[in-house]
Amino acid sequence: MMLTESQAWEVLHAVPDPEIPVISVTELGIVREVLARDGGLHVVVTPTYSGCPATEVISQSIVDALVAAGAGVVEVETRLAPAWTTDWITEPAKEKLRAYGIAPPGGDAPVGGAQPIRFVPRKLACPRCGSTDTTRLSQFGSTACKALYRCQSCLEPFEYFKPI
Amino acid sequence: MTTPNPAHIEYLTRLGDNALILGQRMSEWCGHAPVLEEDMALANMSLDLIGQARMLLAHAGQLEGKGRDEDQLAFLRTEMHYRNLTLCELPNADFGRTMVRNFLFANFQVLLWERLLASSDSELAAIAAKSIKEARYHAQHAGDWVVRLGDGTAESHERTQAALDYLWPYTAEFFAANPSDEAAAAAGFGPAWSELEAAWESVVVPVLTEATLTVPARTPFKSFGKFGRHSEHLGHLLSEMQYMQRTYPGAQW
Repeated sequence: MMLTESQAWEVLHAVPDPEIPVISVTELGIVREVLARDGGLHVVVTPTYSGCPATEVISQSIVDALVAAGAGVVEVETRLAPAWTTDWITEPAKEKLRAYGIAPPGGDAPVGGAQPIRFVPRKLACPRCGSTDTTRLSQFGSTACKALYRCQSCLEPFEYFKPI
Repeated sequence: MTTPNPAHIEYLTRLGDNALILGQRMSEWCGHAPVLEEDMALANMSLDLIGQARMLLAHAGQLEGKGRDEDQLAFLRTEMHYRNLTLCELPNADFGRTMVRNFLFANFQVLLWERLLASSDSELAAIAAKSIKEARYHAQHAGDWVVRLGDGTAESHERTQAALDYLWPYTAEFFAANPSDEAAAAAGFGPAWSELEAAWESVVVPVLTEATLTVPARTPFKSFGKFGRHSEHLGHLLSEMQYMQRTYPGAQW
């Protein structure tokens, strides 16, 4: 038995991101291609951050899930270009992030290059109460991809998925 | 496969070693930073740098064609074979000096990655496209702290100025002429680093001024890390970083 490419995608839609289990690896936008090849599957993955420790766990969970579904030989290729961007996170996944307590990345451009001086915090809505009276506590949260914020209205801390 | 160009490998090694050695150095803050948020920020930035180093050294090893992978390059070379800037290996000292160093280096890295987006080496261009996004956050984070500390209390101002006075002479090395730079510029795989000096100063000086710091005058002092002649600090760093691979050769986890 072997899986077709569309069956493989179905399987991957159910593989959670190890750090943020409410969204899948496909919703995160890191699975770029799935190709049926030589009786097995070839999966192309683009890492989020260069040093993200979850990258290898993700590759392994992709292989495990596909093999468990009967895919035979699965190989995962890491592809750098084009570089991953938070724009690849699907819209439904952004809502899931918000419901999970993580403010999703804004659709606007990430930090500029010419004048990397100081971050002017945008008015970010608290994922819990919706208030925009929020302040940034730290540019880096529990993982490289998130910043740490605090809501001045409900006084709860929350994380923000930084746009890159 | 075509014959590897030694200047190309040397250029990649310089980029990779900068990221590796600063990543290792900064990771010493893990568990020791002044506040928890900064502890996490420093560890995250170290991870970004080590991830960049991994990609760069893996690519250098492939071009070299001697079967050395990124782990062998990172852990089994001796001091004189590292090509990182001396600035990257200097001890962290206090939090202020760590932030001033990051500020000076990250802004240099951003400019370098910007130029490398157009590298004739497509793998290097891909690494640049990935790394520039991370470097911009590092530059921003460090810039925030330089202003906050420089324009802070009398104590924080004094210590930040002392950090700048200590580190500034090492930045001359960023732009010193290097033979592999000429080959890089000629072959289109990367800019000569000396070309970045004016752009770098135009980015860092306004922030230092906003931080009420005095930019030191250039002196005849020279450092030579990127030529393989390092300060006394690199050997100590390597002895810790390489311990595991030297003691248990080939160990994996």
